[in-house]
Amino acid sequence: MQIVKSRPTLVPILCLFVAFLVLASQPRGAQAKVFEPETFTLDNGLEVVVVANRRAPIVTHMLWYKVGAADEPPGKSGIAHFLEHLMFKGTDTLGPGEFSDIIARNGGQENAFTSYDYTGYFQTVAKDRLDIIMKYEADRMTNLTLSDEVVLPERDVVLEERRSRIDREPGAQLGEALRAVLFLHHPYGVPVIGWEEEIRGLTSADAIDFYRRWYAPNNAVLIVAGDVDAEEVRALAETHYGVIPAREVPERLRPQEPRQNAARRVILENARVRQPSVTISYLAPSYHAGASDDAEALQVLDEILGSGSTSRLYSALVVEQAVAASAGSAYSASALDLSSFTLFGSPRPDVPVEEIEAALRAELARLLEEGVSAEEVATAKRRMLADAVYARDSLGSGPRVFGRALTTGATVAEVESWPERIEAVTVEQVNEAAKAVFDERRSATGLLLPKPTS
Amino acid sequence: MRLPSLVLAALLVLATGLPARAVEVQQVTSPGGITAWLVEDHSNPILSLDMAFTGGAALDPEGREGLAYLVSGLIDEGAGELESQAFQGMLQDLSIRLSFDAGLDTFRGSLRSLTENRETAFDLLRLALSEPRFDEEPVGRIRSQIMVQLAQESENPNVIAQQALRQLLFPGHPYSRPVHGTPETVRAIGVDDMRRFVSERFARDALTVAVVGDVTAEELGPLLDHAFLGLPAEAAPFDLPEVEPQAQGEVLVIERDVPQSVMAFAQGGLKRDDPDFYAAHVATRILGAGGFSSRLYDEVREKRGLAYSVYSYLYPLERSALVQGGVATANARAGEALDVIREQWALMGAEGPTGEEVEDAKTYLTGSYPLRFSSTAGISGTLLGIQLDDLGIDYVNIRNDLVEAVTLEDAQRIARELFRPEDLTVVIVGRPDGVAPEEPAAEEKS
Repeated sequence: MQIVKSRPTLVPILCLFVAFLVLASQPRGAQAKVFEPETFTLDNGLEVVVVANRRAPIVTHMLWYKVGAADEPPGKSGIAHFLEHLMFKGTDTLGPGEFSDIIARNGGQENAFTSYDYTGYFQTVAKDRLDIIMKYEADRMTNLTLSDEVVLPERDVVLEERRSRIDREPGAQLGEALRAVLFLHHPYGVPVIGWEEEIRGLTSADAIDFYRRWYAPNNAVLIVAGDVDAEEVRALAETHYGVIPAREVPERLRPQEPRQNAARRVILENARVRQPSVTISYLAPSYHAGASDDAEALQVLDEILGSGSTSRLYSALVVEQAVAASAGSAYSASALDLSSFTLFGSPRPDVPVEEIEAALRAELARLLEEGVSAEEVATAKRRMLADAVYARDSLGSGPRVFGRALTTGATVAEVESWPERIEAVTVEQVNEAAKAVFDERRSATGLLLPKPTS
Repeated sequence: MRLPSLVLAALLVLATGLPARAVEVQQVTSPGGITAWLVEDHSNPILSLDMAFTGGAALDPEGREGLAYLVSGLIDEGAGELESQAFQGMLQDLSIRLSFDAGLDTFRGSLRSLTENRETAFDLLRLALSEPRFDEEPVGRIRSQIMVQLAQESENPNVIAQQALRQLLFPGHPYSRPVHGTPETVRAIGVDDMRRFVSERFARDALTVAVVGDVTAEELGPLLDHAFLGLPAEAAPFDLPEVEPQAQGEVLVIERDVPQSVMAFAQGGLKRDDPDFYAAHVATRILGAGGFSSRLYDEVREKRGLAYSVYSYLYPLERSALVQGGVATANARAGEALDVIREQWALMGAEGPTGEEVEDAKTYLTGSYPLRFSSTAGISGTLLGIQLDDLGIDYVNIRNDLVEAVTLEDAQRIARELFRPEDLTVVIVGRPDGVAPEEPAAEEKS
């Protein structure tokens, strides 16, 4: 889950997932180029990635910190996201909102986002404004100042954000509960935006503590994409970021999931629900945790099972059986700790949701019994590699892919070898990965139901 | 989503322009006489096409509201010899992305293809526009999906507020009708209605096309002919009366059991071809642009913490025009939020912006111009918008001059004409405290 300061769905998780396909992929027959990023590290430990894209005289500048909601101290849920908001409140030399005003006056656009594993800030500007943007982004890496006068109203803003996203949306409330039971112990079960009761108690001191603990050049990744070359970026980065000394940053030690023994079920009934739905989530490996060798096979499986209108779930439930209005699956491999593989469906009018759940489970049983076919695997791989060409077209894709990878334990080289790894996935690997991941004891099911009004 | 879809539509209208030094817009006329704007870009082996037919959901017949939208969901669900799953399978296997959508004034399509598959892509586009099948299975399926969407929207505070606002502003006019229809009207739409829509609206004289990517003008001509030449020459008339928004300061409260009050507000605005459009755009941006710098953002969010998002924008339509805005705030503080917004609206109407604000807005608008084209699809969408607004093929070169030409005097004059707090019509969905309905409004039951 992502929280974006201003535009909630700008960088939705699915976008990032698709964007991840971007790198270095070469669909057969297409004369695809590789991003071929240039990378270097400053003396203070700041990693820098430069992705050239010369279509327009503009650059995207992104600074990613290797800290997110899953790194919060107990009882302080929401502090990573709250700090992200407060990073716009000024420094020793800039007043609240002044950096934003400077960006706007320079014709730039900006935003920020918080997830479980990372927090990021970005601006897109004309290339000759990169210097000024970098100057002020570096400034707030180390010189943030906060007073209750700006912090307390911003806490109200975050509470409004929570109301908009969660509290007035029964589906989002169920999603929050489902994560909380899927992860019995790991902080991935806590909402990124925080629990309301804990947000209310967050203070300026909490934010400054978190900032001092985690925001440092040696815990960040700088990514610049656009009409620029690595030498220009290096010179600017040395000037602005290079002067900030490295600091000791704690290891990211999170409580890990214990062995899970019991399937869980959460149900939310609400009079405002007009459309029931069922979601079944299984703990799954990521590139970095669990049976990470299965990650690519699970990506192929997700494509076969639940991506698009000819996928297995859509074809079976929505078209052939004509019981569901929608059905699909979702899996992301980019996470520092365990991920999840999720199936979902929503009934057509007058079909009970139980029938959809049964149909989803029947498709799973068929998958586990019969496996996927060689043709399914081949066409899925072809589609995945072709998607990469589309994703490479956009200026923002490269920075998002690298940022997400480098803050979740992956390397540039691993990102670049993704097409080869997908290409190498076999039918047997997909079937083995399916058997391993669909373990009921490691699952949670959520039902969203209407409640008849009296 | 931060901005309701109407907002995005309006932003698209404004999101015009490309830095001249980086793109060259050509007008291509195919051997058969189809015209399109083209920007060649061979850096990736892909192509992006955006197209529109004039005439959208506002032309849906009475009792058949939702027709254009239903058709937009069905013409890629089987066409020619290909049944639904075969058609979709071909799109999927070749990674061709084809989609359609209906707005109030236009019916739009977009096509993305790898170079190696573009002949097939244009052929599938042709089939969808000329020979949609409307088979029983996909008709039932897409209709049920829309019914589900309508059910969900009936509890979505943003949708409820937008719909009610348009009913207040455009009573009896097609602009008051729901683009997605109602359960009754969607149920009533028959395949004959859909076929009539296709034959009346999909025609060459109503067509606008923009293409960007890995294709030359010579290569594009035959592709255009293949996709569009078979369409009828003339569409049925665009029969939609002009309408003045009936904005008289009403406040309608629609009670819903939610912890936050969602508000939508509007009054009369300026049409896209108004000579003062740019001055009004500058003033509206100063009042309530998205992003982190505007008067409403400062007063409602930064100083008081009343909301996560608050905004205002110009919303020009083909036959009317609005200046519109929105906010979501805790029920307990809804009255306070509305007071602050009205105050700012009045202040802008009384005094207009300052010289510094106007200069800052102009440097933002001109400086951010190149950001519009960071992807092939972004450029083709932008070019389509420029054509639909009839701004001319050199618009990309003159757009910043038009913004630069706005003077402080212009901005202040238009602000005084435009922002009339006594007209501001407000719909609030929730359980707002401290808000007095300006007229006893019939409460909506569902």
